[in-house]
Order: sequence, then structure tokens, then C-alpha cells
Amino acid sequence: MIRIQKEDFDVAAEIASVVGTDRSVGAVTVFIGLVRDINGGESIADMTLEHYPGMTEKMLARIEAEAMSRWPLSASLIIHRYGHLQPGDRIVLVISASAHRQAAFEASEFLVDWLKAKAPFWKRETTPEGARWVAARDNDAAAADRWTGEPRPIVV
Amino acid sequence: MKILYFAWIRSRIGLSEETVDLPDGVSKAGELLDWLRGRGPEYADALRDASVVRIAVNEEYASLDAPVAAGDEVALFPPVTGG
Repeated sequence: MIRIQKEDFDVAAEIASVVGTDRSVGAVTVFIGLVRDINGGESIADMTLEHYPGMTEKMLARIEAEAMSRWPLSASLIIHRYGHLQPGDRIVLVISASAHRQAAFEASEFLVDWLKAKAPFWKRETTPEGARWVAARDNDAAAADRWTGEPRPIVV
Repeated sequence: MKILYFAWIRSRIGLSEETVDLPDGVSKAGELLDWLRGRGPEYADALRDASVVRIAVNEEYASLDAPVAAGDEVALFPPVTGG
């Protein structure tokens, strides 16, 4: 499941909805991305997240489908917020549920790495010197690239 | 053809979207970028460095060699920074 929304999300409620009534689930991993109050040595007063409606949903759905094909997941969820955010606010939630932990851990890392590299979102942050667009980081691209090889075998 | 601009490409050009008739001689995304650069200094500035311009044709990432046609939705944006 994927959702793009302005509003915050309730982490406990989202975990419950991902697991549902599936009692084969033995592992749930949760990644929550937060707005930091410092970036590149400068303090951040607030942030605005812009996205490309339509393409964003398409890319996130594809990334999630890729994770489901690589790992034996029972379910997963990506929620990404847009609009105006402040330090401490949640930006993104990634949940992976599986029978065992390795698949859930790896799938969540994969989902975060690929969404950071491929989903069309852009951050604009306000610093004491004014507003600036956040530049993409090379190590985010490298993090996404490490998943391009053959998936590691799952040990259960 | 509908052209969308996002993030600092949008703010430098001063438009979030526009509709243009496919210019003569433009059949690839790279040729469209070249044509757009000739439309004015704000376009030339925003699109000067192709290495930081990402292209999507009909909501799919595309290369400079990708075909573009009338009726396509082409989006131009900087490298993404979500997550």
C-alpha cells in the first residue's frame, strides 16, 4: 500500500493495518523519517516538500511491487508526506511485514533507499540565510545502487 | 504537449506548467531541452546543466534520447530529494 498525504500519520494504527489478521507475520520493521533541525551545518526553521502528483504514486507503487517480488513479504506500506513541515515532524513511514526478520529488515532498507533515489519529491528548507532547495546526495544514489545486483538469499 | 516544471527549475523559469505546440525538428527529449533553452534567459539558466535536469515523459523517467511527441506530458525537474 502507498499513500501520499499532507497529514501526519498514526504509527501504531498503521502497523495494525499492515499486519491485519495475518497470524503468519512474525516480524514487522518500521522506518520513520523525521525533519532534522540542522542540515549541512545550518539550522533549519522549516521545510516544504513538493512532489509530482501522478508520477509519485506510480513510482512508489512500482518500488513496493519490486520489494514484494524480492522478499517474501506479507504486506508493506509506504506513506510519504508533502507540504509544510517543521523539525521533529514525520516525513515518511515505511513498514514491512514478513514471517521472519531478515526479509522485513532488508525490504524496509530497500524501500527507503529506492524511494529516496526515485520518487519525485523535492525539499526546500528555510535557514537563517533564507530558503534553499536541498541538493541530492551522492551517497543516496550509492545506497540505491547497492540493490541492483541479485538479491541475497533469504535465511529463515 | 504539456510541460511541467518542478522545484528550482520551476522557480527559475517562473512557471509550473505550460502547453506548447511540438516545435518542428523536435522528436527527442534532448531536442526539446535545446528548444526550451532558446525561449529566454530564464529557461537557459534553469536548463543550462543537463546533468542536474531529470526528464520524465508521461510520468516515466526518460533519457535525452527518448522520443517525445505531441500529446505527451514532459516533466523537467532536479534530482529528487524525498525520504
